[in-house]
Amino acid sequence: MATSNGPVLLDFWVSPFGQRVRIAMAEKGIEYEYKEEDLFNKSELLLNSNPVHKKVPVLIHDGKTICESLIIMEYVDEVWSGKVKLLPSDSYQRAQARFWADFSSKVYECGTRVWKLKGEKQEAAKKEMIEMLKLFEAELGNKTYFGGDTFGFVDTALIPFTSWFYTYETFGNFSIKEVTPKIGAWAKRCMERESVAKALYEPNKVYEFVCFLKKYYGIE
Amino acid sequence: MVASAAVRLFGMWASPAVRRVEWALKLKGIEYEYIEEDLSNKSSSLLEFNPINKQVPVLVHNGNPIVESLVILEYIDETWKDNPILPVDPLERSKARFWATFVDVKCREESRKAFFMEGEEKEKAIENLQVQLKALDEELEGKKFFSGDHIGYTDLAVGWMAFWLGVGEEAAGFKANYDLKFPNFSRWMKDFLAEPVIKDNLPPREKTVEFFRSFKQLGSCTKVNQK
Repeated sequence: MATSNGPVLLDFWVSPFGQRVRIAMAEKGIEYEYKEEDLFNKSELLLNSNPVHKKVPVLIHDGKTICESLIIMEYVDEVWSGKVKLLPSDSYQRAQARFWADFSSKVYECGTRVWKLKGEKQEAAKKEMIEMLKLFEAELGNKTYFGGDTFGFVDTALIPFTSWFYTYETFGNFSIKEVTPKIGAWAKRCMERESVAKALYEPNKVYEFVCFLKKYYGIE
Repeated sequence: MVASAAVRLFGMWASPAVRRVEWALKLKGIEYEYIEEDLSNKSSSLLEFNPINKQVPVLVHNGNPIVESLVILEYIDETWKDNPILPVDPLERSKARFWATFVDVKCREESRKAFFMEGEEKEKAIENLQVQLKALDEELEGKKFFSGDHIGYTDLAVGWMAFWLGVGEEAAGFKANYDLKFPNFSRWMKDFLAEPVIKDNLPPREKTVEFFRSFKQLGSCTKVNQK
């Protein structure tokens, strides 16, 4: 067992939920130990730290464990409350941020249906994806980030899924970028941040991973 | 109540998510105007305040809408600082949020399936629910409520199970018999429902069972398997 009391993050390289936490930690300048999990062969540490879900990411801090990416983000924002804040200070703005961050998780769920399914169900998922991203576009408006001038909670929550768009587009045979250009522009701005560029993988790599998953699960 | 009350809640009498918000408002002694929605004929106000999900509950505070019951609970706690419902310590807060998400996503999914489906799928859902109840039961070991000696955020989040699980079973005609297997959870259900704020703010049981019975019949006619 590591003697350091610094935070430890149990994660999986391509997990967008793990990436949310990595970005949050980097934005706040928090040093931590990264532990890569083999999700096809989960470690004792992971199974003991998150017995309920057995999923990554898990943050281990001062011997205690915190699970669920958005909950970890809130925890990190509260514990390391220095200069950089992910959530706004106004209660109403915070409520809005939480709503949109929650909503962003649906993008991944919808995207999974796009690459897993075929026929009518895939078409429905594609339509839903575009509708959701258009809602995000409306919410973004003319702001630089969802957080306004500063990169914040919602930006952190949503940005990892953008590296999956190429995968969704390829398997779904449709364009996300063309119909949601504002999201594309926003994603590009985010990628200029070191925290994001370091956490996310090339869309091709994500696509390769999903191809492997399809073989592993026997999905045509 | 004045028509332009500072705090307004759009709700529906049988909805557990709406009651959750009402419990929080009452615990904190916040006065509010309640607007009953007919979900088959949603008001223009509701659609204006919640265009994305078009659902209740919606809390409107000084004209600003907040949606999603757990997000509303956090907003209420941050805005009205007396009688806090979330713990102060960040770690305890994260645990409270974890359990709230757990019941809202996982338990709700399985209980929905147990309610709507039949045969093998129903059995599987009941089985999954048992595993989830076991986790909740263990979490309650040595504690009166999830939040300690008094009810708090986690109890309000899990609270729907104390009343609506039983209602769902009766309406759908099955029995998961959790009260025999999960002593802590059964004890918590009784204690939770006995709390004055909760006891006085539940929908009438018979009427709710009837409502969900019709709801199930309606659900059987549509594609209940879609996510």
